[in-house]
Amino acid sequence: MYAKRSRFLTVMLTLGMAFFYIPMILLVVYSFNHSKLVPVWGGWSLRWYGELFQSEEVWSAVALSLQIAFVNATFATLLGTLAALAMVRFGRFRGRTLFGGMLVAPLVMPEVITGLSLLVFFISLNQFIGWPAERGFTTITLAHITFSLAYVAVTVQARLTGMGQTLEEAAADLGAKPLKVLTAITIPQLTPALISGWLLAFTLSLDDLVIASFVTGPGANTLPILIFSRIRLGLRPDINALATIMILVIAICVAIAAILMFRQHRADLRDQQMAGTKES
Amino acid sequence: MTETSEHIDTAPVPARRGIMRRVQDSWRQIITIIPFFYLLVFFLAPFFIVAKISLAELAIASPPFTSLIEWTDSGVMTIRLVFDNFIYIWEDSLYLDTYLNSLKISITSTVICLVFGYPIAYGIVRSGPVAKPILLFCIILPFWTSFLLRVYSWMGILADQGTINNLLIALGVIDEPIRMLYTEFAVYIGIVYTYMPFMILPLYANMEKLDGSLNEAAADLGSRPANTFFKVTLPLTIPGVVAGCLLVFIPATGEYVIPDLLGGGNVQMIGRVLFNEFSRNSDWPVAAAVAIVLLVLLVVPMMVFQNFQGKASEDQ
Repeated sequence: MYAKRSRFLTVMLTLGMAFFYIPMILLVVYSFNHSKLVPVWGGWSLRWYGELFQSEEVWSAVALSLQIAFVNATFATLLGTLAALAMVRFGRFRGRTLFGGMLVAPLVMPEVITGLSLLVFFISLNQFIGWPAERGFTTITLAHITFSLAYVAVTVQARLTGMGQTLEEAAADLGAKPLKVLTAITIPQLTPALISGWLLAFTLSLDDLVIASFVTGPGANTLPILIFSRIRLGLRPDINALATIMILVIAICVAIAAILMFRQHRADLRDQQMAGTKES
Repeated sequence: MTETSEHIDTAPVPARRGIMRRVQDSWRQIITIIPFFYLLVFFLAPFFIVAKISLAELAIASPPFTSLIEWTDSGVMTIRLVFDNFIYIWEDSLYLDTYLNSLKISITSTVICLVFGYPIAYGIVRSGPVAKPILLFCIILPFWTSFLLRVYSWMGILADQGTINNLLIALGVIDEPIRMLYTEFAVYIGIVYTYMPFMILPLYANMEKLDGSLNEAAADLGSRPANTFFKVTLPLTIPGVVAGCLLVFIPATGEYVIPDLLGGGNVQMIGRVLFNEFSRNSDWPVAAAVAIVLLVLLVVPMMVFQNFQGKASEDQ
C-alpha cells in the first residue's frame, strides 16, 4: 500500500535510534569501568557493583521506592479504572467536564507545580486536623496515586472504548445484574489494560523525583532522591552500576507489557469482528 | 445511539427495568464519586491553597505566611489580599528573565523535537511489518526507563573529561576540552533527548491512521512525492503535530531536573527557581506566586491539549 521507505527516512531513523541508544549503552559500559573517573577507561571491573551492594543507604531507598510503587500502582489501578468506567460508560453526569479535566490535567501538569501544591496541602491539612503528622511513605504514595490514576484511566478508557458494549448488553438482556456484568464480563475483558496500567503506575512511581522531593520528610529517601543527591555533585561510577541494573529490570517489565499489549490488540480485533463492526 | 435505544426497546419487563435502573444508579454514583472525590481532595484543593498562599505575606511562623482572614477585636472579619508577591515577580528582572528564558528553551526544544521526530515517526510508519513493531518498541523503551538516569547518561558524554572530549582529544581534533556540560547547549540536548518520544508517539499514532490511497491518488494524478507530502500528508498530520508539540512544550517549560543537572547554575529556568525559592529561601508566598504565574502561562496550551484528548477519545 505504501511506497517503500525513502533513503532520507532510513537515515533519519538510524540517526534517531543511535541518538536514543548510544547514551544508554555508554551508561552500561562505564558501569564496568574500574576507574573512579567515569568516562576515563581503566579496565573492566565489577568493583562498583560490589560497592553498590554494600551500601545500606541504597538498599533502604530501593525498599522504600518499591513499597511506594506497589501500593501506588494498586490504588491507582483501582481508582483509575473506576474513573474510566465513569467517563466511558455512564454518559453525561453532573460535573463530568470538571472530572474529565482533572483526569487529563495531571498528564501534562509541570511536576514542580503538582509537588508544591501537594506539599502546602499536606502542611495545611496537618495544621487543621493534625494529619499527616510526618511526611514520608504516606504522603509520597498519596501524591503518586494522584497522577498515576490519570495514566491508568487513559489506558483503561482506550480499552473500554475499543471493546464496545455488546457483550455487556447481551449479559444484561439475559438477566445478569450490573455487579455480575461487571465481574463476569467487563473486568475479564479489561484484564490486559489493568495489568499494563498497573505496570505503568508502578514505573511512574519508581521514576518520580520532583514530586517525591517536595512531599517527603526527613529521613525518607526514595531511590530517585538518593540518586539525584549523588549525581548533583558530578559523575558517580556506582550510579552507573545502579543504572545498569535498573535498565535491565525495566527492559524485562516492558517486554511483559509489550506482550500484554499485543494480546490486547488481538482481543480488540476479535471484539470488533464479533461485534460485526467495520474497521474505521 | 441506535444501539442503546434498541436495547431499551427489547428489555424484558418495564417494571423490572425500573428497579434495575435504580440499583444501577446507586452503583454508578459510588463508582463515580470515589475517584472524583480523590481528585478533588488531592488535585484540585491543593491548587486553591497555593493560590491562597500567593496572596499572603511572608511571616516568621510555621508555615511561613500570614493568614488572609483576620478577626479584629470587635468581631469583624477582614480579608487581606496582598498582591505584593506578583508585583515583586513583575518588577524583579530575575523572574521575568527566567520566565522568558524558560519559554525560549522550551519552544526551541519543541521545534527541534518536531524537525527530527517527524521524519522518524514517518519512517516507522513506512517500515515493513517486521521492522515496525521493533522500531516502535525501541521508541517506547526509553519512555519507560528512568528519566533521571537518561539525563545522567549525558553528564558522562558532555563532561570536560567526558566521552566526546576524550574522543576529540584522542583524535587530535582539539587540545583543550570544549566546555559542554553546565551550558545551555547541554540543557537543549537533555530536553530533546528525554522528550523526543513524547513527540514521536502521537505523530506515529496520527500517521498510522492516514489513508494510503490518498498518496496513491496524488501519484496517479502526476504529483511528485515532495508535492504530495506538503499538500496531502503534512496537512493531515496536523493533529499529531499539535499533540506532540504540546506534550513536549508544557512539561519542558516547567522542567527542573534537566536545567539543574545539565545546566548547573548557569541556565535559569522557572522550575528550578521555584524549587530553590521554596527549599532554600523558604519564601513560600513568592514560590506560590511563581507557580501561579507558570500555571497561567501554561493553562491555554493545557486546555488545547485536553480538548484534543477529548476529541481523540470520541473519535475512537
